[in-house]
Amino acid sequence: MDLSTFFIQILNSVQYGLLLFLVAAGLTLIFGIMGVINLAHGSFYMMGSYLAFALSPIVADSFGGGLISTLIIGVLIALVLGYILEWLFYSYLYERDHLQQVLMTYGLILVIEEIRSILVGDDVHGVPIPDWLSASIQLSEVMNYPVYRLFISGVCIILAIAMFFVLTKTKLGMMIRAGSVNREMIQSLGVNIQLLYRLVFATGIAIAAFAGMVAAPVSSVYPGMGQGVLIICFVIVVIGGIGSIRGAFIASLLIGFIDTFGKVLLPEVAGVLVYIFMAIILLYKPSGLFKAGS
Amino acid sequence: MKKVYLSLVLATFALETPLAIAQNQPPLKVGMMLPYSGTFAALGNAIDNGFQLFVKEQGGKIAGREITYVRVDDESEPSKATDNINKLIKRDNVDVVIGTVHSGVAMAMAKVVNETGTTLIIPNAGADVITGPMCSKNIFRSSYTNGQPGYAMGEVAAKKGYKNAMTLTWKYVAGEESVKGFKESFEKGGGKVTKELTLPFPGVEFQALLTEVAAAKPDVVYSFFAGAAAVKFVKDYAAAGLNKTIPLVGPGFLTDGTLEAQGESAQGMLTALNYGDNLNTKRDNEFRLAYVKQYRLQPDVYAVQGYDAGQMLAVGLNATKGDITKKDDFAKALRVAKIDSPRGPFTISRAHNPIQDFYLRQVVGKENKVIGIASKSLADPARGCNMQ
Amino acid sequence: MKKSQLVFLVILLFSLLVIPFWGSEYALDWTTKTMIYGIFALSLELLVGTTGLICFGQAAFFGIGAYAVVKISANQTTPETMYLLPISILMAGLYALFVGALSLRTKGVYFIMVTLAFAQMAYYVIHDTPIGGGTDGIYLYSKPTLLNWPISSSITFYLFTLSCLILVLGFLGLITHSRFGRALSGIRINEVRMRAIGFETYNYKLCAFVISGMIAGLAGYLFAVKDGYVNPELLSWHLSGSVLIMIILGGLGHLRGALIGAFSFALLEEFFRSEFIFGSFAKHWHLGLGISIILCVALLPRGLFGMPALIQTKFLGAKNPDDIEQAQDNN
Repeated sequence: MDLSTFFIQILNSVQYGLLLFLVAAGLTLIFGIMGVINLAHGSFYMMGSYLAFALSPIVADSFGGGLISTLIIGVLIALVLGYILEWLFYSYLYERDHLQQVLMTYGLILVIEEIRSILVGDDVHGVPIPDWLSASIQLSEVMNYPVYRLFISGVCIILAIAMFFVLTKTKLGMMIRAGSVNREMIQSLGVNIQLLYRLVFATGIAIAAFAGMVAAPVSSVYPGMGQGVLIICFVIVVIGGIGSIRGAFIASLLIGFIDTFGKVLLPEVAGVLVYIFMAIILLYKPSGLFKAGS
Repeated sequence: MKKVYLSLVLATFALETPLAIAQNQPPLKVGMMLPYSGTFAALGNAIDNGFQLFVKEQGGKIAGREITYVRVDDESEPSKATDNINKLIKRDNVDVVIGTVHSGVAMAMAKVVNETGTTLIIPNAGADVITGPMCSKNIFRSSYTNGQPGYAMGEVAAKKGYKNAMTLTWKYVAGEESVKGFKESFEKGGGKVTKELTLPFPGVEFQALLTEVAAAKPDVVYSFFAGAAAVKFVKDYAAAGLNKTIPLVGPGFLTDGTLEAQGESAQGMLTALNYGDNLNTKRDNEFRLAYVKQYRLQPDVYAVQGYDAGQMLAVGLNATKGDITKKDDFAKALRVAKIDSPRGPFTISRAHNPIQDFYLRQVVGKENKVIGIASKSLADPARGCNMQ
Repeated sequence: MKKSQLVFLVILLFSLLVIPFWGSEYALDWTTKTMIYGIFALSLELLVGTTGLICFGQAAFFGIGAYAVVKISANQTTPETMYLLPISILMAGLYALFVGALSLRTKGVYFIMVTLAFAQMAYYVIHDTPIGGGTDGIYLYSKPTLLNWPISSSITFYLFTLSCLILVLGFLGLITHSRFGRALSGIRINEVRMRAIGFETYNYKLCAFVISGMIAGLAGYLFAVKDGYVNPELLSWHLSGSVLIMIILGGLGHLRGALIGAFSFALLEEFFRSEFIFGSFAKHWHLGLGISIILCVALLPRGLFGMPALIQTKFLGAKNPDDIEQAQDNN
């Protein structure tokens, strides 16, 4: 592999990893802070993509908005949806054991997929890339790198920084981190745990939906798109350490690399590599790379 | 008053007569085993629509037998396939099975009908083995074998003077057979396939492999993907700028039913398939008009194949005067039949696969415009089929 | 054996033996398939219900058992069950030994994830490498015989599967009532205490894991022979999830629960897919299934098995369900 190809593959890995990070971040927060295994998280990624698909013509027609407005409105809708879902469904899961959570969220996946099928149908859809982002950068004589992919990476990095900032520098973040380490303690310290949970949950969902929205132009919108992301994100969360955003970040990038280079160098075992990696990490660090709340 | 009375009598008479005729022959139960959910749902629905349109055009009856449907959603899941088809054959007692899209599911179906003897007409799944070692007198296909579109495209690519090619597809039977078909005709025409890239099914992260292509710089890339993956692949290919320097070709699945989503990225692409838009024959125009009128959707190759499955059923059933148990006569009639399909007339090979023209199409706007014939009267080699 | 267990067994045997004479060929087929899932569910019950180890990768052992049959008998037309079956079980057991030895070093949710990871590993090996037939699966061209008698007709295979089910039920019944089984229950209730008394809990858990894997392999063998076709989805996490649902639906902690769960789950799926009841909405049957799963887990914590007790406490004001539970005892 020559240098320019290697460089492009690095870009590919980073971009893939960062997108996975957005979904995994929500998952690890929900898992870490509320102790809920949310198998349906991939479905929210899918919801985001479908939201982007449904919203972009409406936004364009009603006030001539483009991608940014679609994203903002979409995130708001996702936040509301997440809030409602937490209130209606997830709040019942906190007191239950992991097995019950796994199964109930598994049932939720089925329900969400079918509702999607009833509401929007089963066709494949595309979301157009906005003009101001549709250029490509010439990286080698034959290959360009689409600016939109750089945009995705950029947006993910900004969100990651924002998350770090909120978690480490604000009071809210402190409560969240404390909650992921010891739930009962902060409750007894007077924190409104219900509101906190609802907020964290809605945010986690919204971030995953945002990932889906921002990825929609490059990955197209189709049934079952959440499944592929889901398992990988669980692997990331477990490797990174449940409840650790930093862990999710590092693990996502690692997985991005392993997956991308694995596909190119060892295509036959590419699928297995990620799991071998996870098994190895867990056997040396049974609780993942980082502790909760970091 | 008298007028009302008279019209009432006439009305009851009119209602009763078809009922009386229908009493003569019991209805024919058609089992539709198709993906009604999941990634291939749109294809399943198109096939169902096409088949139903044909039956409707015949007045709801074939060879005097009224058609009733039993549907099963196969979810494109091979592990449930045997159960699903058993349900149709053993519980619902269907006379004929129509299905399916996914080759793995079709393989399970073929195994079961080989044991039960039920007539099976496959409106899409192209696994070679079904008209190869698994071929039997009660299994028919109205579509193609996986290798045929690839073979047709390979001929075109070789004729265009391309010397080296790379292939890119999923690592599964349909992909492998498609690439094999391309390789066979391309290398026969003087070209060489330098590298065959694969991606595990049903992955859609193409960036890594596209980078490989960019590094190797072949003359042409042959690729096979279907459904959502086809959309993403063509878009990714264009986004990487490869479409400007390395032409992308493939079987029509790359651009069928996906153009709305692919938009700019697919423009100008050449593909080979047994169907295309604006064939502009009388037969096709009639079909398209009727389909749009009935379903408010544009038909695609899957709809045509579903429609033709109906035609094939009619040919066989008319020859046996509605008796579905006369398998030999059914098969014999189809072997000599010429099916007047919207895609153009085709005949049926010894192994029960269509011998048909493959068109060369180019993407213009939102259409796959037919610009020529890629391969005339292409039959599949049916290697391993021991039927006489 | 308690009276309730005996009654259950008799009813089970009776209804299963009656089907070949009374039911259609489709009913025979369906029941064979469900019995196979019953064996599969029983294997998981030993792990989850008795030992308290939530394994999310049981499908791997099931699938390995299924693929073993196909690969080993590849060139024969009538291989012999008496050596094919033990080999398939052994292969599944070996992988279970490997997975168990490594995963049992983790706990709680990490254990769940690691078992999932190992199942995914097996899945990808079969899916992507030349060992499996790739995503489209492989045909089983041969029909195994039992001591040179053909057992591939619907009825004979049904009886063969039924015998396997009875054997597995008996075997697991013996285990759970033995000292070994009591130790497993003890580990589920409080592992630290068991270790304090001097039990090498790791060994016990590993043993349970391997036995469970072998039984799942048996179920896989039967599945492959029945269908004549195997495919990588037999190792998917969806199947692992489904069998977990089965044992929760039926009721954890009771072998009978696993069987009740397997049959109920199959019936539930049939119900929601029935066009007769739902018309054209039946193609959205996943919705009904999903809602049922959610409701069942939410409202029936002890599964269908615990429904009589639940009705007694909720509607008839009987004693605390835990007391009833202890009176009924395990299995």
